[in-house]
Amino acid sequence: MANDTFEPKIVGFLCNWCSYRAADLAGTARIKYSPNVRIIRVMCSGRVDPTFVLKALALGADGVMIAGCHPGECHYIEQNYKAMRRYYMLKHMLRALGLEEDRIRLVWASAAEGQQLAEHIDKFVEDVRKLGPLNWPANWQENGERLHAVEAIAKEHEESLEVLP
Amino acid sequence: MKYAYYPGCSLECSSAAYDMSVRAVADLLGIELREIDDWNCCGATEYFSQDELTACAVIARNLALIEPQLDQVVAPCAACYLNLRKVDSLMKEDPALADKINQCLAAGRLHYDPGRVRVRHLLDLIHTDIGETAIKDKVVQPLTGLRVACYYGCQIVRPYDGFDNPEQPVKLDELMTWVGAEVVDFPVKAHCCGGHMTQISEPQAFELIRRLLHNAAEYRADLILCMCPMCQLNLDAYQNRVNSFFGTNYQIPIIFFTQLLGVAFGLDWKKLGFGKEIVPAEPVLRKKLTAPAATA
Amino acid sequence: MAERVGVYVCHCGSNIAGMVDVEEVARWAGANLKDVVVARDYKFMCSSLGQAMIEEDIKKEGLTRVVVAACSPHLHEKTFRRACENAGLNPYLCQMTNIREHVSWVSKDRAKATEKARALVAAAVERVKHQAPLEPFFVKVNPATLVIGGGIAGLQATLELADAGYPVYLVERTPSIGGHMAQFDKTFPTLDCSACILTPKMSEAGQHPNVTLFTYAEVEEVSGSVGHFRVKIRKKARYVEEDKCTGCGICVEKCPRKVVDHDFEAGLGYRKAIYTPFPQAVPRIPVIDVESCIWFERQKCRACEKLCPTGAINFDQKDEEITLDVGNIIVATGWKMFDCKKIPQYGYGRLANVFTALEFERMCNAAGPTGGKIVLRDGKTEPQSVAIIHCVGSRDSNHNEYCSGICCMAALKFGHLVLEKTKAEVYSFYIDMRTNQKGYEEFYHRLLEEGMHFVRGKVAEVTDAARRPEEAGKLIIQVEDTLMGKQRRIPVDMVILMGALEPQADAKELGLKLGISCSMAGWYTERHPKLDPVATMTDGIFVAGVCQGPKDIPASVAQGAAAAARVMAMITKGDVMIEPVVASIIEEKCSGCRICNNLCPYNAIEYDAEKQVSRVITAMCKGCGTCVAACPAGAITGAHFSNEQVFAEIEGILWDAVHGNGGAGVKEGQPVSA
Repeated sequence: MANDTFEPKIVGFLCNWCSYRAADLAGTARIKYSPNVRIIRVMCSGRVDPTFVLKALALGADGVMIAGCHPGECHYIEQNYKAMRRYYMLKHMLRALGLEEDRIRLVWASAAEGQQLAEHIDKFVEDVRKLGPLNWPANWQENGERLHAVEAIAKEHEESLEVLP
Repeated sequence: MKYAYYPGCSLECSSAAYDMSVRAVADLLGIELREIDDWNCCGATEYFSQDELTACAVIARNLALIEPQLDQVVAPCAACYLNLRKVDSLMKEDPALADKINQCLAAGRLHYDPGRVRVRHLLDLIHTDIGETAIKDKVVQPLTGLRVACYYGCQIVRPYDGFDNPEQPVKLDELMTWVGAEVVDFPVKAHCCGGHMTQISEPQAFELIRRLLHNAAEYRADLILCMCPMCQLNLDAYQNRVNSFFGTNYQIPIIFFTQLLGVAFGLDWKKLGFGKEIVPAEPVLRKKLTAPAATA
Repeated sequence: MAERVGVYVCHCGSNIAGMVDVEEVARWAGANLKDVVVARDYKFMCSSLGQAMIEEDIKKEGLTRVVVAACSPHLHEKTFRRACENAGLNPYLCQMTNIREHVSWVSKDRAKATEKARALVAAAVERVKHQAPLEPFFVKVNPATLVIGGGIAGLQATLELADAGYPVYLVERTPSIGGHMAQFDKTFPTLDCSACILTPKMSEAGQHPNVTLFTYAEVEEVSGSVGHFRVKIRKKARYVEEDKCTGCGICVEKCPRKVVDHDFEAGLGYRKAIYTPFPQAVPRIPVIDVESCIWFERQKCRACEKLCPTGAINFDQKDEEITLDVGNIIVATGWKMFDCKKIPQYGYGRLANVFTALEFERMCNAAGPTGGKIVLRDGKTEPQSVAIIHCVGSRDSNHNEYCSGICCMAALKFGHLVLEKTKAEVYSFYIDMRTNQKGYEEFYHRLLEEGMHFVRGKVAEVTDAARRPEEAGKLIIQVEDTLMGKQRRIPVDMVILMGALEPQADAKELGLKLGISCSMAGWYTERHPKLDPVATMTDGIFVAGVCQGPKDIPASVAQGAAAAARVMAMITKGDVMIEPVVASIIEEKCSGCRICNNLCPYNAIEYDAEKQVSRVITAMCKGCGTCVAACPAGAITGAHFSNEQVFAEIEGILWDAVHGNGGAGVKEGQPVSA
């Protein structure tokens, strides 16, 4: 039966200063947690461009985790708040695209919170496991209309900002 | 301003003066109190020590009965106030418990969503919603020279993050200052009156009551103001028993704060329920309050 | 031209190899990942032999990129970058991936761990191909230093630097340097006189040729970065001209207005409307308190002006703004005491004979308002019993969860002073007795011997509501004695509240100006709690003393000296290297929308109104990348964390999802495009 268990693939964007170090600490403390989250280091949760998240989901990730410093403890003063705003925007976007918004999650973990980070990861993996595989690339093609709508929005933005080609 | 009104059983009988004065004062201040139709006893503290679910369901029924267009409920009795708040927050914190309670309520075709109604104590409402200016405007008989001890008791400000400091509450002190009374220092203002201890062990209960009376007497208070029927009953009805038990001679009238507010607003004393207390309050009031003449 | 990538997978003894099939990971990378020309595994990659192997491959195989799969980059990134540099490869073309802390040590299943390690290696390989050679920047270090706060920590730092021959600007908010230590009478556990050890340091700082004092001044604005900060300070108007004043004190003597001194005397004593906070103040130049001066109140008096022999009084003086250029900044802003009124059950402000620790410090001080006599609020009655309550606002989830660290010892010191100066009984109400520095426990034992009473329990209430005749007129301490297991009521005459040490009210605000962060409690965050306790995450800014967390005088002095040593090292080196992880804006793509300008917490993005584009001031950029993520036109690139690099990393990390689990034949195929 073990083979039938769905093992979600999750990409984690971790802040260099806190959460990445929390993951290091979890290792040093030999805390065991699900191997499903694969970690990409960014300098700050504020660096996480929404397109990173969409790209990961588009390439076959079943979920994306963003981890940053606790509010008020950002290494760059307050950029985690920007991550937080983008996170809610992203959730909104996922809903608009017809995806489960719970496939992304933002967590806070200080460099001292290895145990907490491990718990966040386990919980998220379990929650994504319940949601099942994403299979976005397949769904995407079926929903060609949606794709066009999104492209139109992007174009509109570009025009309004007069971005040079 | 419309609020659902939950009088509770004490106010039906032993604390009828509280109910009378609450209604009279509310009426004058433009507070519309809509009594909950078919309300039941909150179970005081006893139900909780017997069976938590039953206790919660009994209380939640009152919350569920509140008309849908009202989003706040006022309970003058401290125990009622505490119980309503407790069940509302228990249901908020524990969805499983909320489910069970709602299953119980379903038997009576009722349902309550935690947080739908905000539970308020009358003091908070008068102090916050009516406010200093409006209160001062209504005063026709300033209470100048009357020394009052403001007694909060233990249930109103604890344990929920209430409207006042749990250790040294001040809202009633402020309210009384607004109507001109002289508020005496009363360090034991949030101590327990003993509650139902009188039924279990009189010496212990009497000691607790004595401490309160002693402290008020020490600060030369003319009367003690209560906002809880139990406190008023213990201090008033047991005052003579306490005196004979300890060989003391306290004669301190114990009345509800709404009664004294009514006096300041110039309301008819009879409509405020004066005369129902055991240690009479009227002589003190007549002695201390001069012009304009009190309406009797 | 295709890159030539070398992949090096470390066993770390059995640390990695015990859970990850490292040989298989290396073999797989070599067989399946495009552009990988060498893939090896090795017992200890960080050993000199391991490094030599990489260096040799770079030279022999002509590697243009290196991936090391081993431990955390925070541990060995520098090691492998140096190895690459030794072999002539730009160090920023080396990428580490963490298969120890993030894989082997946290996994239970060997197959799954190996799969995860493969994904991480693929990610690093895809990423490294997009990495660009970078050159670190070097910035000259201005040898001048700014010290904020003239308490003992700031003074120590100032003197260390000045004595070493470097210029120091010392900015202090109050009219005199000295800080809280100047208020104290004795210091624990040696009981030496606080003023006797502090005032020589104060006058030394005041007279030092390398020290410029700015008292009654505050930091307004900080710009620039390590090596070349520019700081604006506001010197508040004293209404006394510093160059004319001789400090004779006639103005203070003759001033007719006397007010309660809530600052230096903690509300226990008085000061004049024109005052120096205390006789040994440095500088000895008085200040006119606008709030209480009769002239400012109703345009009368000016007695000080008439009597000043040098004409130093100037009622028209204005605040002055001064700009300083410094290379480094030491923050030593100290603490304030917890407002004891927040715990009304202890009666401070309501019950006359309840005192705060600071009030009591002033009372004990021979130069204080009572001349060192311990008396009740009436100013004459000596107490017969004194209660000292510990942890007022500390170790209390309603207020501050932390331990203030110094109060147990200060309480013991108070106990000693009361026993020495009066015949009173002294009670200490403590939760735990914390006396863990040199000579501290011995001092505790000394007080046990001297007869101080210790009651273990948190006080419930201080009340004047007497229950028994012997309690009448006393303050009664209601407490559960947890050693006796009993409720006790102890009547006393005087109560001292050991209020918590709290961060300054504007600590967060100053932190924002400086670009350093605070903990939840509001203490400044050090770079590393153990190994880098005086540096902050912002290069060139150091912390010392209580502003970093509660500590006693010796620890504050040690930190002040440590911060100064760190600054000296920076100055001696002459220049600092700055990681080239910064953002830059491609002007052609920039639409001038200015979204990025406000996002930057360091104000490192300026707007060129003429060209209508934004521009990154490289020296001020810290490389967080928030602007990169926010630019709607994609005009901002973050060096070493560019979109292309992260996209490639995402593609690599989802290698199995993209290619299916087998993944065979990818080497020949096309890479999946973004």
